[in-house]
Amino acid sequence: MAQIDLLQKLEILADAAKYDASCASSGTAKRDSRGGRGIGSTEGMGICHAYAPDGRCISLLKVLLTNHCVFDCHYCINRKSSNVRRARFTPQEVVELTLSFYRRNYVEGLFLSSGIVKSPDHTMEQMVEVARILRDEHDFRGYIHLKTIPDAAPELIHQAGLYADRVSINIELPTDSGLKRLAPDKDAGRIEQAMGGMTSSIREAKDEKRRFRHAPRFAPGGQSTQMIVGADAATDADIVGKVDRLYRAFGLRRVYYSAFSPIPDASAVLPLKRPPLVREHRLYQTDWLMRFYGYDAADVAQATGEDGMLPLDIDPKLAWALKFREYFPVDVNGSSREMLLRVPGLGVRAVDNILASRRHRRLRLDDVAKLTVSVAKVRPFIVAADWRPTLLTDRSDLRILLAPKREQLELFVA
Amino acid sequence: MIAPVASPRASYAITLPVPDDFELWRDHARNLVQCGVPPEQVTWSEAGTTGDLFAREEFDLPAPGAGAPWVRASRAFIELAQSAILHSDPHRLALLYRLLWRSQGNSRSIDDRADPDVKRAEDLARAVRRDIHKMRAFVRFRSVEDEDGSERFVAWFEPEHHILRASAGFFVRRFTQMRWSILTPRGSMHWDGEVLSQGPPAQRSDAPAGDPAEELWRKYYASIFNPARLKVGAMLKEMPRKYWKNMPEAALIPGLVAGSQAREIAMVEAGTMEFGERPKTLATIGEAIRACRRCPIGLLDNQAVMGEGLKQAELMVVGEQPGDQEDLAGRPFVGPAGRVLDAHLERAGIDRQQVYLTNAVKHFKYVPRGKRRLHQSPTAKEIDICRWWFEGERAIVKPKLILALGASAARGVLGKTVSISKARGVAHPLDDGSELWVTAHPSYLLRLKDEAKEQQERLFQADLAAVAERLSELAE
Repeated sequence: MAQIDLLQKLEILADAAKYDASCASSGTAKRDSRGGRGIGSTEGMGICHAYAPDGRCISLLKVLLTNHCVFDCHYCINRKSSNVRRARFTPQEVVELTLSFYRRNYVEGLFLSSGIVKSPDHTMEQMVEVARILRDEHDFRGYIHLKTIPDAAPELIHQAGLYADRVSINIELPTDSGLKRLAPDKDAGRIEQAMGGMTSSIREAKDEKRRFRHAPRFAPGGQSTQMIVGADAATDADIVGKVDRLYRAFGLRRVYYSAFSPIPDASAVLPLKRPPLVREHRLYQTDWLMRFYGYDAADVAQATGEDGMLPLDIDPKLAWALKFREYFPVDVNGSSREMLLRVPGLGVRAVDNILASRRHRRLRLDDVAKLTVSVAKVRPFIVAADWRPTLLTDRSDLRILLAPKREQLELFVA
Repeated sequence: MIAPVASPRASYAITLPVPDDFELWRDHARNLVQCGVPPEQVTWSEAGTTGDLFAREEFDLPAPGAGAPWVRASRAFIELAQSAILHSDPHRLALLYRLLWRSQGNSRSIDDRADPDVKRAEDLARAVRRDIHKMRAFVRFRSVEDEDGSERFVAWFEPEHHILRASAGFFVRRFTQMRWSILTPRGSMHWDGEVLSQGPPAQRSDAPAGDPAEELWRKYYASIFNPARLKVGAMLKEMPRKYWKNMPEAALIPGLVAGSQAREIAMVEAGTMEFGERPKTLATIGEAIRACRRCPIGLLDNQAVMGEGLKQAELMVVGEQPGDQEDLAGRPFVGPAGRVLDAHLERAGIDRQQVYLTNAVKHFKYVPRGKRRLHQSPTAKEIDICRWWFEGERAIVKPKLILALGASAARGVLGKTVSISKARGVAHPLDDGSELWVTAHPSYLLRLKDEAKEQQERLFQADLAAVAERLSELAE
């Protein structure tokens, strides 16, 4: 009987958690269960233990402690005024589920979030309790991600950081006005304040760790956030600008985008229109460009159209290159890493391969073909020993010639 | 085991008794390099393969002399070789020896990724690393009770390469306080909490058939999946079907994909009309077709492409379905066939701005081939299902003349299949007083060459000219 109850609760509370985009379990301190009483390890790169048919990675047991909520955020399926079935786990139930899944190698750990019950403090206490039991009573050394509640007392948030590998606070919407309209109970100022507090705790703990070997760890996997795209009127340029500011101000590890998806029993304030999934994909590509390709927010903004939106039919890197053709073609045998990274179709690995290879030979187009995924896409933008794209970079129909191959970036790899 | 083989030149056959024994390979290779044996004089093989034939007699290489050169190998090469040697390709041993031999002359030759041997070795190493990664990810333990009543976790896994021993450390570090066994067709590994031991190859039936926690896990898998965003391709790329048979949750996938239709309709219910009530405006049709999953095309990773153009157009041009580019752009006739159509419309004096362009089928049907998506013709049934939308558009636009491009489009208009060659060039009256003209699809012209192409282009042009003429008649 208890098992059936647990099944139903799991169904409700996992279903309610699926709008959280992140399932990452990377980037935390390295540790394992040798010499301990329990199980668990983290080795840098997280592992995706399964993939759902929506293409997303399943790395963590991602559940809500409860989907009861006193807030009434319009975009959220769990808001007070919604008719969804409600359920609530006890901390002990979440602990047992996590360990049971972990032993069978289904997951890397736990991602716990929650609706707000009674008060933010009460909710945060319960979540911290789950992490405490796992860590202190079971000596669990797997990954724990806690979503923290900006309104909870700072001591509680601090405790969360002591048990968790990663903490996150959702920024929710790209604009403050959007937040005010769609999440009337939330306050942009408080959210950023809480993020700022977390950032300084993480920095302090790192600093102490450097000086004292036994200083406690504090969220060694850093903090991340998530925003919903397509529920308000923010343009891609607005979003990228905001995200860039968040990365700088709070040293975030990742910003996740979640394309607003129509939710059952939706609020009347929201459009039912679903933004094209490809928009979310383009935004993640800009995130990649900024993190790995040396673009800054201004570069990305230049790739948007007059309406501030990124083109959906081509990727932002190609859009930038088509707009700034004077930088091309780039000589694969002589140009800097920085310039090679701007060539559409050349990824970080291809560029590194080119740099290593050109010490041994003058690269011809054939050689480049061996080092890249698609030489056809690269060709108009490069010069090789036996290749120069005469006039090609000036053709007005270049955009059409470079018809995009549909490629899925690995958005949610851990 | 090293043996000279009878051949015009002195050559050696070397057999590795254990296929993932890097140390043994390294010792042999070092010895061979020191004795100056070039790669073409060595045959490498694994125990149990044909290489055994040559190894019946054992001979030793002449021991390297006192002045034998140091064998140099960069750290990059060692790391590459340690991974690549685990690959199941029997040629890997010889490949690695070739690389080692060459690197004696130029220690950095290993960095040249454009070199075919280096590239091949990199590819092997990458495949091995992926296999190891997938093993860490997809091993599924099942709980059993040992004779002494304690709990043991047993998994059955089928790795592609010789990675079992290389993977064991990960499981030891992670599950130190558990007792576990991993069984594979290439061997098995057992951990009792303190000591790791190896065992013989196993069979699937040696592993337990189920575990009570799997019901919860399957429930979790089904619940965390968001049916509003089906991306089967992205899933398959990271979790290919070959792994599915050993993953308890994978049996749910076909049902989840199929059920996604019903679930998404439920999710957007508030915004859509009842089934059977036709939308009244082009905008609402455009909205509704996004969520349409009434045929399998809608389940692919694509987006609905709505018709566009003049809302009260006299002429409606109907194609078959959006192509790759149309799907990406979300607009009809923007790809190569669209450009052919544009050129011919212009020659016939028909202004594209005055036309309503749409397709008989609203989603792009394709099969993935590597990174490309190959066009597939819709079946008659799929066209008939999509007719419901097309007729909605037709009822709103009310064109006097419909031009169907190709047989699929004609079926979309008529609900029955006609032959283009027989139906073209004449008006087919329709029930509402408008008329249908039929011609080939412009993508057909793109596939032809030389004379056939010229001939079909002439026919196509004549059809468009006839339509233009008929339009001006109707306008009078």
